[in-house]
Amino acid sequence: MGSQNSTKHLTSLGVAEASAGLAAGRFTSVDLTKAFLERIERLDGALHAFLRTTPAEALEAASGADRARADGDSRPLLGIPLAIKDVLMTSGIETTAGSRILEGFVPPYSATAVNKLKAAGTIVLGKTNTDEFAMGSSTENSGYGPTRNPWDLERVPGGSSGGSAAAVAADEAPAALGTDTGGSVRQPAAFCGIVGLKPSYGRVSRYGLIAYGSSLDQIGPITKSVADAALLLEAVAGVDPYDSTTMPVDVPDFSAALTGEISGMRIGIPHEYFVEGIQPEVEAAVRASIEQFASLGAETVPIHLPNTELALPVYYLVVTAEASANLARFDGIRFGLSVDGDTVFDHFRQTRGAGFGSEVKRRIMLGTYALSAGYYDAYYLKAQQVRTLIKQDFDNAFTDVDVILSPTSPTTAFRIGEKVDDPLAMILTDIFTTSANLAGLCGISIPCGFDDGGLPIGLQLLGPSLGEEKILRAAHAYEQSTEWRLRRPEL
Amino acid sequence: MTQEYNVVVGMEVHAQLLTNTKMFCRCSADYQGAPPNTHTCPVCLGLPGALPVSNRAAVEATIRTGLALNCEIAETAVFARKNYHYPDLPKGYQISQYELPLCRNGWVEIELPDGSVKRIRIHRAHLEEDTGKNTHAGLHTLVDLNRAGMPLLEVVTEADIASADEAYAFLTKLRSVLRYLGVNSGNMEEGALRCEPNISVRTPEQAARGELGAKVEVKNLNSLRAVRNAIAYEAERQAGVLNAGGVIEQVNMGWDEDRQRTVLQRSKESSEDYRYFPEPDLPPLVVDRQWVEETARTLPELPDAKEQRYRQDWSLRPADTGAITGEKAVADYFEAAVAAYGQEDGKPQRMANWITDELFRLLYADGEGQDLRQIAATRVQPQQLAALVQMVDARKINANTGKKVLELMYGSGDDPQTVVKREGLAMVSNTDVIDAAVQEAFDSNPDELARYRSGEKKLFGFFMGQMMRATKGKADPQAARQRLQEMLDG
Ligand SMILES: [Zn+2]
Repeated sequence: MGSQNSTKHLTSLGVAEASAGLAAGRFTSVDLTKAFLERIERLDGALHAFLRTTPAEALEAASGADRARADGDSRPLLGIPLAIKDVLMTSGIETTAGSRILEGFVPPYSATAVNKLKAAGTIVLGKTNTDEFAMGSSTENSGYGPTRNPWDLERVPGGSSGGSAAAVAADEAPAALGTDTGGSVRQPAAFCGIVGLKPSYGRVSRYGLIAYGSSLDQIGPITKSVADAALLLEAVAGVDPYDSTTMPVDVPDFSAALTGEISGMRIGIPHEYFVEGIQPEVEAAVRASIEQFASLGAETVPIHLPNTELALPVYYLVVTAEASANLARFDGIRFGLSVDGDTVFDHFRQTRGAGFGSEVKRRIMLGTYALSAGYYDAYYLKAQQVRTLIKQDFDNAFTDVDVILSPTSPTTAFRIGEKVDDPLAMILTDIFTTSANLAGLCGISIPCGFDDGGLPIGLQLLGPSLGEEKILRAAHAYEQSTEWRLRRPEL
Repeated sequence: MTQEYNVVVGMEVHAQLLTNTKMFCRCSADYQGAPPNTHTCPVCLGLPGALPVSNRAAVEATIRTGLALNCEIAETAVFARKNYHYPDLPKGYQISQYELPLCRNGWVEIELPDGSVKRIRIHRAHLEEDTGKNTHAGLHTLVDLNRAGMPLLEVVTEADIASADEAYAFLTKLRSVLRYLGVNSGNMEEGALRCEPNISVRTPEQAARGELGAKVEVKNLNSLRAVRNAIAYEAERQAGVLNAGGVIEQVNMGWDEDRQRTVLQRSKESSEDYRYFPEPDLPPLVVDRQWVEETARTLPELPDAKEQRYRQDWSLRPADTGAITGEKAVADYFEAAVAAYGQEDGKPQRMANWITDELFRLLYADGEGQDLRQIAATRVQPQQLAALVQMVDARKINANTGKKVLELMYGSGDDPQTVVKREGLAMVSNTDVIDAAVQEAFDSNPDELARYRSGEKKLFGFFMGQMMRATKGKADPQAARQRLQEMLDG
């Protein structure tokens, strides 16, 4: 009994708390890692947050971390176990991006973010489930079966980083890495009642992130607290010689930005983000959070982002166009699934036909169409032009306000199967999140309440490019002034 | 009655840039002879998650080339994805440049047989990555990705080329410029320089109306000569088809070197849609004007400028300037030799003669074949050749002996003085020796002497030869001629 209690205690810890415990010698990294592996073992059959775990490697790394600590190593992330979304390359560990076309693929190299976390002393517990190639908002598009929401196993955890969000919310990992192309970190964080941070485009290297929309993708932490998000961002951020789109700026001390002090901060409330169709409890919770921010001394300012309603169509043209090229390399020649055909082109057709799921095929076709001769100007080019307008909306807004506040998603977690036959309805769940990717902004989702069914609600704070310190400070101040984070799913 | 046709040719030339590493990864570019797929990494294998990072040296080589081809250098160039599936194309797209290439609107000058100069306009020159190589082995195709991701410069001309000879002259000049710049080996056999001409024919009436015939693109041309032959063949074939009442179809042909004819290639789907779009993994390439100016300042003197200088400053004959400036190695050798020899009194022309007549003959006769760049490796240093020609000028040896000495120098690398001394080849102008040789010639040929003296003056040459033989060719021809004349008439 005692051991079970202490195990339960260990798995409820976030990164900073676990780090403090390790530093104080209250438990070892092996204790911690074992506790999470056991909990995964116990719960994940029902949740399916993980596609695979790596217990042997994790325990070996944990004892290595314990030895290093005994030798005086005191880095904050030393010995902290983490879960990694399966779109991130992990050397020696099968990586599938949730697709059957990559079943059995073991990469020879790791993503820069994974290497940085490793260099910081963290331990990989395993790879988490995702919509195939991150294409989806519910993790139902995984080629390996859906992940369930820890708050209600009949509901989706959101997506595409649904595995990472469910794992953290279910105490299967203290934190995880996800990726966010149109909301794929923020929306599942909102659905699972935790924190999800999408860094500014170029803040974190994309090297080793299996590309979906190259001009939109960012790797971001999914955590139990804003402080943990700051810690992990600091570990993975920074310019990378292997990614020309990383920004050549120093990595700030993000944790130092969490002062709790936001008086005088100007928070923009975009008129266009409070539209008809938002679940009433979501709107109520977010409006209440606006009051809370005001009571903390922030100034809330109504603003306009006139091109908001164009964001979703623009997003789907840009992301699918890029994806149609990004996924061309899965041809069965060098890696992954390979299905013989009569000719080389038949081989491509057979392999891709068998390996890709229907949503992936749909998006490849849409993107191919948008780039085709005769349609390029009307679709891809027009989308890029409107994208510039969307970016200008935000540039204008951020001359007046520090951060922008909105719901993360118009609804709380929906039922598994509820939207699978209606791709358009599924897409609408991204309505508040895609703009940040189009404009290269940073954004964070934090818990701000629960609906009548007890499902978590998230609020989103958007900041300008490289404005992570502002959104982290605001999110942290709000988080510390509320108790939403204390409520946990019963499992 | 057969109709006359004008030939219209445009060219696409691909040149592998001589960089240390590949275009978008840091794999070594020195893959020739390496086992398949050993010069690869996640980037050039197109593994999931890998990203390209531009090679600055390749960008600079392209700017250098653009400047040398009189192009405008873009302030912003944009890489674009060219989408198509093929086993040797790892990512399923090639990173190239499309709407915003690095270089545009240039020109190259070629000399026509009548001595006039013609400009071939360059439409664009841009940077892209090479594909891998497929090898067909029985039922299987093997893919080697060592070449995948090598930096490739693509030069596209306007359809300004009007004959196979002009195409030959253009390619020769372009290759020469690329070699001067040190950006490309010019090796067509190994595929480091690849040329795809598109060829059409039209009647003068069509030309007057600005109409073009259907274009046929020819691939698989592995030498300059193949390019010339293929264009000549294809132009004639098309004229033949038209004269027989047929029509020319817009197709891709391959060159069959053995049979010296073009053959239809069916491999490529017609009018493929490459769905170009800007490469999101690479920010636009902003080309700093200072960088361009600096690059322009460090351009070497190019063949055209050299030719002009040789003609103006040294009065070199046009026929020789081309032979010398075509290869930078030859021009470098020539200039070093002239520096040692002197620029006055037609000396550069004399040196040019020695190089293009004598040294070239030795180079050609050598096992290395036709490649005049071997001149850089010859054992005869330019200073040694200058010393040799000076000995001829100073009549220490005669010109024929000089050629023999050069041959010996070519084999040994010895100084001409050493060779002359060792072989006892110094010229004889001593009157006593010459007189003795003349006398010997008279004594051995009394009949001829009598015939000469009775008026058969053409026997002078006979005695000259006899006399030279007696001195083993070392006699100073001028002194010998004078003494022979005096003694014959005396
Ligand atoms: Zn490489």
